[in-house]
Amino acid sequence: MLRLEVRAQPSAVMSWLSPVLALALTTLVATALFVALGKDPLQGLKLFFWEPIKSGYALGELALKATPIILVSLGLALCFRANIWNIGAEGQLLLGAIFGGGVALWVTANGIDVNRWAFVPVTIFAGALGGMLWASITALLRERFNANEILVSLMLVYVAQLLLSYLVFGPWKDPMGFNFPQTRSFDANTLLPRLVQGSRVHVGFVLAIAAAIGMWLFMQRTFAGFQLQVGGLAPAAARYAGFSARRAIWQAMLISGALAGMAGAMEATGPLGQLTPHVSTGYGFTAIIVAFLGRLHPAGCVMGASLLSMFLIGGELSQTRLALPAALTLVFQGLLLFSLLACDTLIHYRVVLRRKLQGGAA
Amino acid sequence: MNDIALLLAATLASGTAIALAGLGLLLNEKAGIVNLGAEGIMLLAALAGFAAAFHTGSAMAGFAVGAAAGALAAALFGVLVIWLNTNQYATGLALSILGAGLSAFLGKDYVGKKLELGAVPQLPLLSDLPFIGTVFFRQHPMVYVAIAVALLVAWFLFRTRSGLVLRSVGESPESAHALGYPVRPIRLLAVMTGGALCGLAGAFLSVAYAPLWVEGLVAGRGWIALALTTFATWRPVRVLLGSYLFGGVTMMQFFLQGEGVQVPSQFLSMLPYLATIVVLVLISRKPTWIRVNMPASLGKPFYSNN
Repeated sequence: MLRLEVRAQPSAVMSWLSPVLALALTTLVATALFVALGKDPLQGLKLFFWEPIKSGYALGELALKATPIILVSLGLALCFRANIWNIGAEGQLLLGAIFGGGVALWVTANGIDVNRWAFVPVTIFAGALGGMLWASITALLRERFNANEILVSLMLVYVAQLLLSYLVFGPWKDPMGFNFPQTRSFDANTLLPRLVQGSRVHVGFVLAIAAAIGMWLFMQRTFAGFQLQVGGLAPAAARYAGFSARRAIWQAMLISGALAGMAGAMEATGPLGQLTPHVSTGYGFTAIIVAFLGRLHPAGCVMGASLLSMFLIGGELSQTRLALPAALTLVFQGLLLFSLLACDTLIHYRVVLRRKLQGGAA
Repeated sequence: MNDIALLLAATLASGTAIALAGLGLLLNEKAGIVNLGAEGIMLLAALAGFAAAFHTGSAMAGFAVGAAAGALAAALFGVLVIWLNTNQYATGLALSILGAGLSAFLGKDYVGKKLELGAVPQLPLLSDLPFIGTVFFRQHPMVYVAIAVALLVAWFLFRTRSGLVLRSVGESPESAHALGYPVRPIRLLAVMTGGALCGLAGAFLSVAYAPLWVEGLVAGRGWIALALTTFATWRPVRVLLGSYLFGGVTMMQFFLQGEGVQVPSQFLSMLPYLATIVVLVLISRKPTWIRVNMPASLGKPFYSNN
């Protein structure tokens, strides 16, 4: 009989090995799933693990997908380290898309001539503002009224989706768009400049990597970052040291809201070039998985986001090439998080064989 | 008058799914477990129940399969959080994501299918009463089941010995363990029973209330049910009443639209979610209300070496 025994020290090796084990476990289940669906599992796995990285163009698409996920997961990693459960990044991202996209739409509709490079910070700043605004509702209600941030931020996701839907079905609808729920295409000068010719990856990717480095510096090298993490690990110690729990809530929520908002604005003015009800394909939720997979570490977030982007692209490919439902990606994402949490047990415990009748060691 | 009667009747029906799920989650939380996977469980069970009802032509089969699917999904979550001591929030989220994905994936072929079920039997005489008959006696049987479950849960938790043991496991698992109660199996049982009720709620949505299957059918009701247990300060009958409040808010949008109120439908659809935030704020405002009523070990893992 197997038994779990507490380790004297959490295992650092297992902490990095656990995501690998989880990925292996998910791949195993995925293989079984492909077989059960009557598809060639090798071909299926190839769509997820080879197609997204096989060429320069594919890598560009991967970086494009990873951009919003990196940004959102960085903010969530900070929140989770501070023990603040911001589950509603999806809503903050949508508000960022509404604000950033709104500015671009306004410029487009009024025929204002803008300098492309000068306009980039404007949209991104507008997006950050939108995300922060949405996050501040959760922060305020949590800090002032002690309302559970998980439920509030999640409810606000539904509200944000409905708000976006109202805008693109109503006042912002393209008058020449054959009644499709979408805004008109933004003026070319409001769009994010691309990094290299022949690829859709835009300047936002550089920003995401810069944000990861910035987040690492903030977490590891600043007193504010230190205070936040103490508050998460040992609330009593943080109180004793005089670190304000209220300030921690505001800081973590505003930073993660700003990052999610930027991601939203860059989706709208990057690959999409307009607003539709489907600005986000659940990036806010994918980023939760990425944050855990990346061990709440900025470098881990970048790696996790790359992996999950492979999942997203693989999912799209299996939809077109194997005629499998789009929800397949979501299944794999859920499986991955489940396996990760189970494997994480091995960080704190080791599995030992229980021997019979060994001197009452219970 | 008749409009009001129909609105009230719809309120009871609409609140029923939230009530069943909320009561299930209440049982979980009384045993010390927060299950953020409620939304995912309800989605999986809604699909399972719909499929069962579709293939057998029996609503009862749909409900039974839905409840079983709910218990099974909850067991997966339970084993992880109870034996492997995984973080309850993260594990619940994983279940919600997996449930949303799996139900959408497997349910592709059931979208747009119609259920061929017999008419729901009506109570004679009572259902013919003016007003009261419309409001209370022309409901789907599951509406009465939800009321019975609320009373049953209240009786079980506060009037039986087993209920006391369950509560002790949620308040102080160490003490319950010291007294010789098997804390972990009790918690798993509570989680599975709660899952079965969430499953019943999901199956009610897809088999009786909608009745159809679409991706994301549950539309946040699992999360609202989670908020409801706090709002009801962990009392079963208050969970029932609170869910009718939410049912009323949900129905209000259709009522207002019918009355020709000139507000875009999206804003009316926001009402249940905004109402959830408002009630959470109202109840959480006084920390003592929460502290006095919340099971003391809610969300905390139980460590022991056997």
